[in-house]
Amino acid sequence: MKQSAIWVRPLYYLVVFTVATISLYPILLMILSSFKKSVDIYKDPLGLPTSFSLDTYRTLLSKIPFTTYFMNSMFVSILSVVLIVVVCSLASFYIARFKFSWNHALFFIFLLGMMIPIKLGIVPLFILMRDLGLINSLWSLVLMNTATGIPLSMLILTGFFKTMPYELEEAARIDGAGNLKILWHVVLPLMRPALGTVVIINFIAAWNDFFFPLIFITEKMKRTIPVGMMSLFGEHSADWGSLFAGLTLASLPMILLFFIASKQFMEGLTAGAIK
Amino acid sequence: MRESTASPLRKRKSWARWTIHLFPIPALILYGMFVLYPILAALSYSFFEWKGMARGNFIGFKNFVTLFTTEPYGSLFWNAFKHNVLYFILQMIVMNGLAFFLAFIIYQKIKGAEFFKAAFFLPRLLSVIVVGFLWKLILNPNFGTLNVILEKLGLETLQKAWLGDPKTALIAIILVNCWFGLGFGVLIFLAGFQGIPSELVEAAKLDGAKGFTLLRTIYLPLMVPSIMIMGILTFIQSFEAFELVYAMQGSMGEPYYSTDTLAVFFYRLAFGSSTASGATAIGLGSALATVLFLFILICTTLFLRFANKKDVQM
Repeated sequence: MKQSAIWVRPLYYLVVFTVATISLYPILLMILSSFKKSVDIYKDPLGLPTSFSLDTYRTLLSKIPFTTYFMNSMFVSILSVVLIVVVCSLASFYIARFKFSWNHALFFIFLLGMMIPIKLGIVPLFILMRDLGLINSLWSLVLMNTATGIPLSMLILTGFFKTMPYELEEAARIDGAGNLKILWHVVLPLMRPALGTVVIINFIAAWNDFFFPLIFITEKMKRTIPVGMMSLFGEHSADWGSLFAGLTLASLPMILLFFIASKQFMEGLTAGAIK
Repeated sequence: MRESTASPLRKRKSWARWTIHLFPIPALILYGMFVLYPILAALSYSFFEWKGMARGNFIGFKNFVTLFTTEPYGSLFWNAFKHNVLYFILQMIVMNGLAFFLAFIIYQKIKGAEFFKAAFFLPRLLSVIVVGFLWKLILNPNFGTLNVILEKLGLETLQKAWLGDPKTALIAIILVNCWFGLGFGVLIFLAGFQGIPSELVEAAKLDGAKGFTLLRTIYLPLMVPSIMIMGILTFIQSFEAFELVYAMQGSMGEPYYSTDTLAVFFYRLAFGSSTASGATAIGLGSALATVLFLFILICTTLFLRFANKKDVQM
């Protein structure tokens, strides 16, 4: 391989270091500032915290029902992910493993969802949710996350299903196993990587969703973390320490998960687009 | 022997053949009810008169006419549209351009590639609402760190109330969006680079191609699919832009509508408090949704068709 000019490599490192700093600095600032007192943030915004105090967190938790928001977000995210995995496994198994004349059309209809800006349907959705009695119910969010997560999940699962050999499945079929049994005992265990991707993508999306809870949830105790954070800005806009603590708390679960499984996260979020 | 087993087996088979058609039903119901139906309904709503949340008479294209010809809607529409276009262009140049370059660097097998990838990607994990608030604090004219950093660097003249000035507010928001989405683009482009067969690159190098020529003749044409993917995703996302603007500048696209986007305008029409005539808001909002939806759909389809042709030529 031909070597490039001597100044090229250092330039590369300079660029990636600069951009990495810009990427990480605000997040670091957010976390560090959350340990500061508001006075110190005003006096010396760039300085490190002089003493690690958890005061801001204590103030914050006394002012907003963070535990409730956290449990609401957990409820919505976990349930949405479970529902997506169940319904998409069934549907993609059907599309990828059986040859019916309408499979192509069905797949296309599902994929269309990736191009549909669903926010534009929010008025009919609001009326629908109202008629279903789901306004101010976390189920409205579960249903929305599930429905909007279907297209990309279908793409990933169907793509993965198609690459799998038929032999195992046929062996099970000869042994007399039904479709559901084959899917559950034979196919899904082999699908773990793809399922992991689907779980991660949809968990991030559900956890961070802001638009649907903004519209469907007005009751304070039913809020999820992102909307709860927004109310924080209105109520405590002068207390920067609490604001940073709130932002940190809202982001920490995802950041911690990312540290545990960064590779899966990055592969997961891009898998759909590259396939 | 075959005779004796044939009949129960066949029965089970036909039963299995029938039940398999139940498999896609749950997904179809959920997807149909909460994705397909609302979009189609929004299209039909635009042809009716609305009194609050109650549907009135069929009025044809009147909502569309009002949207485009009655003030302030007409000028607000084009104002917001312009901002969406700028959103798209700036993201394509700044975010995707930089992402392409960064992916190219990582593709050259630099040390610490995994760390850099993770670092670029980390912002993508924050909720857009957190991103908006965080940057609102950083850009704050009094205590925000950006102005403090500029001062430390001796660049006081650049200090600004970034989000308070109509000239810089929208650009600031778009750049924050670039910060948020950069890592995703890097990963997509990197996957594109890694998908290029190394023989092609080696062959071109043997032929004496290097530097810019190599980029133009080998990398760029082979990267067209990834560029197209990022282009389409960026396009859809740019014309849907809502959360970040809402978090940073509220539902009025402050200051003076200088950061208004079509989705924010739409939100205001459909749910906002202070529209000139509350009674027609849902009709107007649906008309706006219809226009925006058709615009996105048509552009994306044309784009895809164009992309396919390019692919065939290669």
